[in-house]
Amino acid sequence: MAVFGGRRRDDNPALPPGQHLTESFPVLSAGPTPSINTEDWEFFIHTETGQTHRWKWDQFLDLPSEDITVDIHCVTSWSKLGTGWRGVSLDTLFAEVETGFDFVMAHSYGGYTTNLPLDEILDGQAWIAYEYDGDGLDPEHGGPARLLVPHLYFWKSAKWVRGLVMQSEDNPGFWEEYGYHVHGDPWREERYA
Amino acid sequence: MDHLDGNVLAGSTTDLFVFEPTTAQGQCRSCADVARLGQAMVYGQPMGFVARCRNCDSVLMVIVQRPGQKSLNMGGLRWLRVVDRATTDRIPTRE
Amino acid sequence: MSNTVPGWLTGTLTRAHPLTAAARSITLAIPNWPGNDAGQHVDLRLTSPDGYQAVRSYSIASAGPGEEIELAIDRLPDGEVSPFLVDELELGDTVELRGPLGGWFVWRPEQTQPVQLIAGGSGVVPFMAMARTHASASSSVPMQLLYSLRTPDDAFFRDELSLLSATARTTWHYTRTVPPGWSRTAGRLTAEDLRSDTLSPERAPLTYVCGPTGFVETVSRSLTSLGHAPDTIRTERFGGN
Repeated sequence: MAVFGGRRRDDNPALPPGQHLTESFPVLSAGPTPSINTEDWEFFIHTETGQTHRWKWDQFLDLPSEDITVDIHCVTSWSKLGTGWRGVSLDTLFAEVETGFDFVMAHSYGGYTTNLPLDEILDGQAWIAYEYDGDGLDPEHGGPARLLVPHLYFWKSAKWVRGLVMQSEDNPGFWEEYGYHVHGDPWREERYA
Repeated sequence: MDHLDGNVLAGSTTDLFVFEPTTAQGQCRSCADVARLGQAMVYGQPMGFVARCRNCDSVLMVIVQRPGQKSLNMGGLRWLRVVDRATTDRIPTRE
Repeated sequence: MSNTVPGWLTGTLTRAHPLTAAARSITLAIPNWPGNDAGQHVDLRLTSPDGYQAVRSYSIASAGPGEEIELAIDRLPDGEVSPFLVDELELGDTVELRGPLGGWFVWRPEQTQPVQLIAGGSGVVPFMAMARTHASASSSVPMQLLYSLRTPDDAFFRDELSLLSATARTTWHYTRTVPPGWSRTAGRLTAEDLRSDTLSPERAPLTYVCGPTGFVETVSRSLTSLGHAPDTIRTERFGGN
């Protein structure tokens, strides 16, 4: 009798509960891949006072960037350890931003949204990443640039990120509205609402 | 994973609808296109099924399954119309 | 109303044979199966000992009444489910199934329009059910199949399609390697190929296209550029795994 093995059950302590290692990099998307020209690309941070901080692609690439190696965890149970990215820290982008609000809504080209607490995207916890594994970020993985927040489930790392809007409440984004957890910590298995 | 189409919705809706869903017609709230649910573009697996309008890509319907629960959001459809077999089998006309 | 049976049914593997080096036909016996229309599919569920479950949709190659169905499974390189179904599932083993599913990508003998079927690779599976149903109903509705595949070794059901050619003709199209003596060179299916090898809009056909998403969308666009009205084209996109 054949037994369906499914995935390898790993005792790897680097894996959050319920996760397994993958060698591939599965692509999951809630909608079509937007086609974005870097000539038209812009990233913004919009605050409650009406202030909008903007960076066009060339300005963005002029900012100090970092090479980072992080583990990423998808709510669908796959994890990849030691993934390499290059990106601009959100600490750099928020340096001149004044806000009294504690939450952000990330907006993407194509309409995707996801919500995050501000204190979880500062202090070296998040980047706008434009390279993966030494190459320009592929459109199907979120290129030209995506949000990268590796300590939360990967649906929070919004592909094709366009900007952040400050919000006073932790209002839910796309998947959060449809039943996924508003916070999404893989170490506490915060998958569903 | 490439997107699929509304034919894949048939399985996950068996415990939600009594009628056969892929032949049901719906109107997109955004652009007013009328199409069969089988003609929708479906994204999002395996987090859920995100059925989008074949014409304007707006979200028509979202199904998310979690242990012990299944949620259905149909806010993107202005209406849904169940069509019998004889009507589906007829030569298609502009709908 | 749907003919889908509520809940999950149990199917037992009663027959299996290779279709190609990477694909296998499997026949499952399902008590209380209500029969199925040509073009319908099943959701097949596997459960591992630790409780993990994987669900995949498969078109049914057979149609009509009876308590057995035939599926044709292609082993996908990064697949999670297909390698198990092709290489490991043994006679007497069981799987869970939900179905029969679908009503849009279906052909019934009551339909009066001429039928054009266009298959990309394993997209031919639902069309086997349609061609078999067409033959067993002695339907006089014109039906023909354009089957696009990479190499002759990738063909599913070649012999049976030959036998069915009196009632439903198959035109073979190869994208990578052609058989010896073939008059055409290998290459992607073009709008010109479609124009010469499929029923024209003037025949007012209902055209079914099935295969990988890229294939289906390219072919659909070509068909509309040839003058087919979009609502006379029905599509079914296959996914991975």
